[in-house]
Amino acid sequence: MTTPKIEMKGVKKAFGNNHVLNGIDLVVPAGKSMVIIGGSGTGKSVTLKCILGLIQPDEGSIKIDGEEVTKLRQNDRDALMTKFGMLFQGGALFDSLKIWENVAFGLIQGRGVNRKEAREIAVEKIKSVGLKPEVADSFPAELSGGMQKRVGLARAVAASPDIIFFDEPTTGLDPIMADVINHLIVEQVKEIGATALSITHDMASVRTIADYVAMIHEGKIIWTGPIDELDDSGNEYVDQFIHGRADGPIQRRVA
Amino acid sequence: MDSSQNQINPVFAPFQVVGQILLAFFEKAGRLFMFIGKSLYHSIVPPFFPAQLWRQLVDIGYYSLPVVGLTALFTGMVLALQSYTGFTRFNAESAIAGVVVLSITRELAPVLAGLMVAGRVGAAIAAEIGTMRVTEQIDALTTLSVNPFKYLIAPRLIAATLTLPLLVFIGDIIGVYGGYVVSIYNLGFSPGGYLSQTWDTVQTMDIVSGLIKAGAFGFIVAMMGCYHGFNSGRGAQGVGAATTNAVVSSSILILVFNYILTQVFFS
Repeated sequence: MTTPKIEMKGVKKAFGNNHVLNGIDLVVPAGKSMVIIGGSGTGKSVTLKCILGLIQPDEGSIKIDGEEVTKLRQNDRDALMTKFGMLFQGGALFDSLKIWENVAFGLIQGRGVNRKEAREIAVEKIKSVGLKPEVADSFPAELSGGMQKRVGLARAVAASPDIIFFDEPTTGLDPIMADVINHLIVEQVKEIGATALSITHDMASVRTIADYVAMIHEGKIIWTGPIDELDDSGNEYVDQFIHGRADGPIQRRVA
Repeated sequence: MDSSQNQINPVFAPFQVVGQILLAFFEKAGRLFMFIGKSLYHSIVPPFFPAQLWRQLVDIGYYSLPVVGLTALFTGMVLALQSYTGFTRFNAESAIAGVVVLSITRELAPVLAGLMVAGRVGAAIAAEIGTMRVTEQIDALTTLSVNPFKYLIAPRLIAATLTLPLLVFIGDIIGVYGGYVVSIYNLGFSPGGYLSQTWDTVQTMDIVSGLIKAGAFGFIVAMMGCYHGFNSGRGAQGVGAATTNAVVSSSILILVFNYILTQVFFS
C-alpha cells in the first residue's frame, strides 16, 4: 500500500473552551486533489493551519509522506515548509514588494535563488496564470481581487511544491473569475504533479478541482469519498450542505 | 460535575480574584519574555536579511532625524532660556552652558528622542506588523520557508538599537547648538566663553551614558512595536489597539529604564 501524502489521526485543537477540532481523521493520497467542505466555523481553516504547522494541535498525529510532523524542531519545520505552497484566502501578498518579487519571494529568500533567475521564473509563472508580464512591476494594491488571486496562485506554485494548499480560493470573486481560478488551479496542480488540499464552501469550486471530498462538521470529518460519490453519499449532512438547504440536521446559529 | 463543587466559599473569593490576576500577569510576562528571547536568538543566528536591515536603518534612523533634530534644537533653546530666568536670581548665569550640555547629553536627548521615536517608529512597526498578521502575510512568510522572526523582527530590533544612539549623538550636538544660539543672540553671552564653559563641563561619561541609554530605548521601542504588532487582534480595532499599546508601553518603559540606568551610571 502506498504511503498517503497527508495523514491525520485524532487531531484535536481547542482555543480556551472552544473545541474547534474534535478528532480529525483524514487521508490525502499522493498526487490527488482533496477538498474539505463545511460551513463557516466548523474547523476547516484550523485543520489546514495544523498541517502547515501554523497552529500546534493539542492531540493527535499528522504525517507528511509517512513522517510525523507535529513535534518537529524549527530547522526540520523550515525544511518541511519547502514542500508546501499555499494560496491564502485574501491573497496575503506583501504590499511593499512588487508582483514579481511576491511570486519569487520563496525562491529568493527561502531557497537562495539569485534575483535575475528568480525574476525570469516569476514572470513565466505570472504569464502561466493568465496575467500580462507588464504586471510584474506593479504593486499588489494596483491589482483587482481576481488578479491578486492569480498572483497568489503563481506564488504558491512558483517553487514547484509537493503539496499545495488552497484556502477558500474563490471567496470574493464573481462566478466567471471564480471559474477561471478553479481551472487555473487544476491546470497548475496537474502541471507540477502536486498533491492538493483545499478548503471551500463553494460547490462549483469543489466540482471543478476535487478528486476526493471530505465533509467537516463540528470539528470532525463526517464523510469522505471520491467526487463521483458526492451526490449519492447517503449522508444527510452532506446532502443538506451540497444543496444549500436551510432545513436538515445542520442547524446554524443565526444570533 | 456537580455545579455546587465549583462554588467557592465567599471568604476565599478575594484570593481567587488575586490569583486570577497574578496568573494572567505571569502568563503575559512569560509570553513577552519568550518573545524577547526568540527575537534575540534570531537576531544573532543566521540566515540574515541584509536588505531588510538596510531598509529599517533608513526608515528608523534617517527618517527620524528631522523629528529628533527639531526636538533637540528647541529643547536646548528653552533650557537656556529657563536656566537664565532661574540662575539670574543667584547670579549664576555662567552655569547655563554647563546645565544645558549636561541636561541634554545625560537625560533630555536620549529620553525625548526615545519618546519621539516611540511615537513615530514604534507605532509604525506595530501597525505594519499588525496589518501583516491580520492579512495573513506573516503566515505567508512561514509557508514560503522564511522565519518571520528573522525577516521582520530581527532587522527592526538591530536597526533601532543601532540608530537611536546615532540619532541621540546628533541630537546632543543640535541641542547644545540650540542653547548656544539663545545664549549668544538672545541673552548676550560671548561665543567663546559659552563654548569653553560647555567643553569644560562635559565629560566623556556624560555622552557615553546618554548613548547607552539611547541603545536601550531603541531596543525597547522596536521590541514593543514588534511584540504588540505580532500579537495583534483581528481587524482594524485589533491593529489600532496594538499600535496604542506599543506606544504607551514603550514610553512607560523608556521612563522606567531611564531611572534605572541613571541610578546605575551616576549613583
